[in-house]
Amino acid sequence: MERKEFITSLFKPSAAKPAKANFNNQVAMPEDIDPIGGSLSLYSGQWTENEVIHLLKRTMYGARVEDVTYFKTMSCSSAVDELVNTVNPNPGEPIKVNSTSQTVAATDPDWGVPVGRTWVNTGSTAGIVNRERRAGIKSWWLNNMINQPRSVEEKMILFWSNYVTIEFEIVGGAIMCYKYMKLLRQHATGNFKTLIKTVTIDPGMLVYLNGYENTKTAPDENYGRELQELFTIGKGPVNLFTEDDVKAAARVLTGHSVNLTDGINGFINSRHDTNPKVFSSFYNNTVINRPENQGVLETDDLIEMLFTKEEVSKNICRRLYRYFVYHIISDDVETNIIAPLAATLSSNNYEIKPVLLQLLKSEHFFNAMQYGDIIKSPVDYTVGLIRECGIKLPPESNPQLLYKHLNYLAVTFMGSVEQTIGDPNNVSGFIPYYQAPFFDKLWITTDTFIKRQGFIDTMINGGGYSNGGFNTFIDPVAVAFRMSNPADPNQLVEDFNTYFLRRELSQPLRDTIKTEILLTGVTDDSYWASAWNNYMNAPANMENYSVVNTRLKALMLYFLSKLEEYHLM
Amino acid sequence: MQRRKFIRNTAVTAVGVPGLVNGFSLSAHAEDSMIGRLLQSGTANDHILVLVQLSGGNDGLNTVIPLDQYSNYYNARTNIAIAENRVLPLTGTNATGLHPSFSGFRDLYNNGDLCIIQSVGYPSPVFSHFRATDIWNTASDSNQYLNDGWLGRYLNAEYNGFPAAFPTAEMPDPLAIQFGSSAALALLGPTSPMAYSISDPNAFINNANGGQDAVASTTPMGDKLKHVRDVSRQSEIYSTVIRTAYNMAGNNNLATYPNNTFASQFKIIAKLINGGLKTKVYVVTLKGFDTHVGQAVGSDTSTGVHATQLSIVSEAVKAFYNDIKLMNKDQRVMGMVFSEFGRRIKSNAGTGTDHGYAAPVFLFGSPVTGGIIGTNPLLPSVAGVDDNIDMQYDFRQVYYSIMKRWLCQDSTSLQQIIQPGFTDLNICNNADCAPLGRPTAVNENNFVNTAPNPSSGISSLSFYTAGGHTLLQLVSKEGRPLQTLLETTYDRPQTINKQINISSFPTGMYYIRYQNGRNVQMKPILKVQ
Repeated sequence: MERKEFITSLFKPSAAKPAKANFNNQVAMPEDIDPIGGSLSLYSGQWTENEVIHLLKRTMYGARVEDVTYFKTMSCSSAVDELVNTVNPNPGEPIKVNSTSQTVAATDPDWGVPVGRTWVNTGSTAGIVNRERRAGIKSWWLNNMINQPRSVEEKMILFWSNYVTIEFEIVGGAIMCYKYMKLLRQHATGNFKTLIKTVTIDPGMLVYLNGYENTKTAPDENYGRELQELFTIGKGPVNLFTEDDVKAAARVLTGHSVNLTDGINGFINSRHDTNPKVFSSFYNNTVINRPENQGVLETDDLIEMLFTKEEVSKNICRRLYRYFVYHIISDDVETNIIAPLAATLSSNNYEIKPVLLQLLKSEHFFNAMQYGDIIKSPVDYTVGLIRECGIKLPPESNPQLLYKHLNYLAVTFMGSVEQTIGDPNNVSGFIPYYQAPFFDKLWITTDTFIKRQGFIDTMINGGGYSNGGFNTFIDPVAVAFRMSNPADPNQLVEDFNTYFLRRELSQPLRDTIKTEILLTGVTDDSYWASAWNNYMNAPANMENYSVVNTRLKALMLYFLSKLEEYHLM
Repeated sequence: MQRRKFIRNTAVTAVGVPGLVNGFSLSAHAEDSMIGRLLQSGTANDHILVLVQLSGGNDGLNTVIPLDQYSNYYNARTNIAIAENRVLPLTGTNATGLHPSFSGFRDLYNNGDLCIIQSVGYPSPVFSHFRATDIWNTASDSNQYLNDGWLGRYLNAEYNGFPAAFPTAEMPDPLAIQFGSSAALALLGPTSPMAYSISDPNAFINNANGGQDAVASTTPMGDKLKHVRDVSRQSEIYSTVIRTAYNMAGNNNLATYPNNTFASQFKIIAKLINGGLKTKVYVVTLKGFDTHVGQAVGSDTSTGVHATQLSIVSEAVKAFYNDIKLMNKDQRVMGMVFSEFGRRIKSNAGTGTDHGYAAPVFLFGSPVTGGIIGTNPLLPSVAGVDDNIDMQYDFRQVYYSIMKRWLCQDSTSLQQIIQPGFTDLNICNNADCAPLGRPTAVNENNFVNTAPNPSSGISSLSFYTAGGHTLLQLVSKEGRPLQTLLETTYDRPQTINKQINISSFPTGMYYIRYQNGRNVQMKPILKVQ
């Protein structure tokens, strides 16, 4: 369609209300992008490095050489089973990093928490203490991502934090933020309905969406609205819950309370609206009305009512699809992928695992056209970089120093490129995960692009991040060392291509890279081979080291900073 | 300037000549982008729009206070109502006043540099932040789902071919600049984000690109790669022009700004404007208006979260206005301050307000017609929890007015930017749109003719000049200027006849490009043996 015609069509009355169902946030498949075929049938094609890397980049943070080797020896189905069924048995707890500020009242319980120990069972009302603790949660969270087992768990925790969202800075109390994180971890690959029921009365959520101030005399509609619009039913033309439904839901939810200091939730019967709550025909005119003093049970009644709607399953499956697979949900994908996934979810009593297994083992997921069609989020970009390049952080034995470096990565850098974990843009999450029609393209703006490049430059060329006598940086020689045959410059370029990019570079470009970077303009491959072998034979020799290090730095910079392909996964 | 129209007109002109002569298609290149760019006269109007978005839903009723119904106002929200003696009065009216923290806006108003449009909204309003924000950003109906923004459509209409065909000599600068890195929906064009995002203009690094493979953008991966590459390319080009403008010798802020992030963004905008950027739109956002609780402090309702946020807006905008006035750029700049919705008339028990309907929109700057458009909202004597402020003006009427009277869009473009059915408000004098940025009657006038055409070498050329600088060039069919045929400044309007000789050029199709002031015309000429 011509652009002008397209714009005009938007204003035609027929375009205002599409005759066929208009799915949530759905954009018509642009005519100039090839559709991706394949159904949910079990993938039975080849199982090479290429497929393993695709699976790992999508379900973990980065595809490390050793993980690729590990999964390549098993079948695709077993690999996905392991990724979905594995959990981190010991995620630990965030710790106190700095001694309590002298400005904090002597009576504050934080004084009793030793540096290096966890504070999660000790409440504090001091703003500065909670600020430090919230920063600590982010460092702890990032550390778990970096040290993830071979599992989809961490990816799912980030998914949920972007789906049933809170913002740490708004919630304030660090214990509540931690409990929320614990809840997401507990239900990461568990039961969706249970997660919604639990998060509804989660202290952090009750504070974030004002649920704890929602009383019969002064109802607050915030949670009642987002519960329907974002967490379950979704928004869009087919989701015709009404403003009265929002009000009725808000009244059902009256009475929940939170002890802000200790982050413990409760229910106060006298604040609960005991009148009948009547819902619209969209909910079959359901009436929620428990006897006096049983108001707390109405919250589950409400969620059970919401889960009678088919849209709940479709809404979550679309979000999962966009997170793991691709941003465009064509009519074909809606019919052949989303609808059956949603059926899987509801027929399995809203257990998430069967959905993940079905999606991640499918022909559609492993269609080669999917490779590289997601732009990395800042978390994918940063944690993937740390893991794939084997960047060394301060040792766990020095948690204070470790947290400083983690904080630089999690807050200073990832925040500057628009993804501060724990503090998404708003209750809908981070914008590129939901904003049609551009979605993940929105991660890359001129501002973030330059900052991503600057970060790589700093890590490779600029000496890295230095704090407390420790440098966090990329060691290109160590990266090359893990490749299959670093002495062969052709193989080295090919391995970098395989592990860092999702697109095979053309032979002329690979030759140019090899010649101009590794061979510094000469044409004989043996120059590189002898340089590498010299280094291996005498690694302490400064000249040997310098020769390979200089060239490998340039090679890494080229792959990670100059080639735009690196931003794809 | 209306570029699309221009290009279309050329195509029509070309069709006036026989469609095919000796096998050469004469209209084939009329819409070629190189040719299209040569049709730009370089005198588009220099108006700038600064968009200020207050995220969360600003409580309009505590921002612009209806003093004529003070007791109804007070009764509806006793726990957050501004004391009558603290409301800032406005010159020339006793009926309306402003929040005590809005003193910068009071000053602008009293100087005639602020236009308050009362109760702006749309039919069937929604209470959802996201949906309401999307509606305002896309200028859609309540039940209509659009994927591009109103400013994105405007920029796309004005600068067809962005980003691939840009920058150009005429528009070397970013079309729009927004602060923060997340692309604003209002600035999403039909096929591409139209905005350049910055946080700090000094943060740009030199970032020349190396080799790359050509990749088809028709594949899902290729489409994403193209986006990253486009941004990569833009970040090189535009970082230079922004830094140059920002760091130009003698380019300093001349007013004092508050020391906060929001105000520092206005400082940067003022310097970029003063530094000569031709950027049309700037977007800044301030979060924190979703005041469900603690909007005002009970013991002194002129303090609290809302007061703080209003003060940040008011002080920054006032400083910005003072700055660009001292820079003598104030006649080029209009600002608009809006929020996705207002809040309920009745406050809640938590000294806050829930999501509501309509709210005032503010336009600021020297060009605006100062005053209040519309009347105070009518408040019930006993407000219920569901009572809302109904709309007096559709927000698209405000957009339409800006597009028509400030950004000088013609009726064709207006229909593509804002759906039909809206009329303009007297937000500013639109006299500027007539003499500036608009080719006069290109449709009707045929400024330049050649005969014979096709020609074997010698042709006679006749053209009309309105006086002033007049340029005639011979241009290749790819759009490359080959020869200047004439460049003269005439003291009065007249028709000139001149002989030209193209015998030294190979056979084929060429254009004669005519430029006189804002008028540009391209005439095909076929060279034969």
